[in-house]
Amino acid sequence: MTATPRIVEVRRNILKRNDEIAHSLRSRFVEAGVTVVSLVSSPGSGKTTFLERTLTALREQYRPAALVGDLATENDAARLRRSQAPVEQITTGTLCHLEAAMVEQALQKWNLADLDFLFIENVGNLVCPSSWDLGEELRIVLLSVTEGEDKPLKYPTIFNTSDLAMITKIDLADAAEFDRAAARANIETVRPCMDVMEVSAKTGAGFDRWLLYLTRRRNARNCEPASPDRLL
Amino acid sequence: MAASAWARQRSPLFGSPPVHELSIAMSILDSLQEEVDQRGCGPIEAVHVRIGALSGVVPEALQSAYSMASAETSFSGSRLVIEGIPIVIYCANCRGQRTAHAPAWFSCPECNEVSSEIVSGRELEISALELST
Repeated sequence: MTATPRIVEVRRNILKRNDEIAHSLRSRFVEAGVTVVSLVSSPGSGKTTFLERTLTALREQYRPAALVGDLATENDAARLRRSQAPVEQITTGTLCHLEAAMVEQALQKWNLADLDFLFIENVGNLVCPSSWDLGEELRIVLLSVTEGEDKPLKYPTIFNTSDLAMITKIDLADAAEFDRAAARANIETVRPCMDVMEVSAKTGAGFDRWLLYLTRRRNARNCEPASPDRLL
Repeated sequence: MAASAWARQRSPLFGSPPVHELSIAMSILDSLQEEVDQRGCGPIEAVHVRIGALSGVVPEALQSAYSMASAETSFSGSRLVIEGIPIVIYCANCRGQRTAHAPAWFSCPECNEVSSEIVSGRELEISALELST
């Protein structure tokens, strides 16, 4: 005898718990006035070098910090600490992405009000990080000129969930026969109207524009009234 | 039939899904546990999920990940019913919703206008539970 199953409608996000933590982190970030930027890319696209140069440059006028995720080792954190900015490594073990709870835990040592910028370098992976919200304000996907112009078409989800595409190692563009127009067209296909920048963390090319973008974004946000009451 | 060296080498891992789908499967099980605790309901026969084409989750991989992740839990034996959700965009030119297809992810299939207004396709949600009565 088989009973007819009862169907109950549920409607809940599979990643509800992560989303709730991310939401609470985002509120804390806004309240503390810290601009939070996450970086995603495949391994070897230059996230750490890009971030080290960014931290070093920002340190002149701001208080930046970084969380860096990797499956194992503290190597990236050690490299980033050369910038003198506070850096915390998150080792994920076998997990291929960062989750909001890991960010929340890693932040326990810091007072957010002491920071102007917080960078979260995700595990090098173009698939898994796309689904997990970390409470960031801006998600940047890095694509190096040596990776091939069709990466956006192969990994549409991560590009689609990002706010800015950063083409890295642009100093190698000629040697890699990098086709700029093709890369930009592919990015446009998977994320229409996405902002695209080109940088070289080695020569510093493109960094003026990138730093201006970051600081303008921060200033614009911090000038907005926090609530309608403040308009009075 | 002799298995190839590649297949033999893979055999201990055969059926082991990509880590991404495994994480999603484990999140589904966490959600199920919460629902069961809240509702005080009986055994779950099946869980229905809606997976968007833009979610980055491969339905087949999620299916095997779910069987694997649920095996040692109280949800062992429950079925996962996956409903794939296509990418639907709003086309400003046609003034309507259109279903887009890869590789032209966000282009209107009728007029080719590119749209950044996504109506659906990002879903990663549990829609229903089938409970034994």
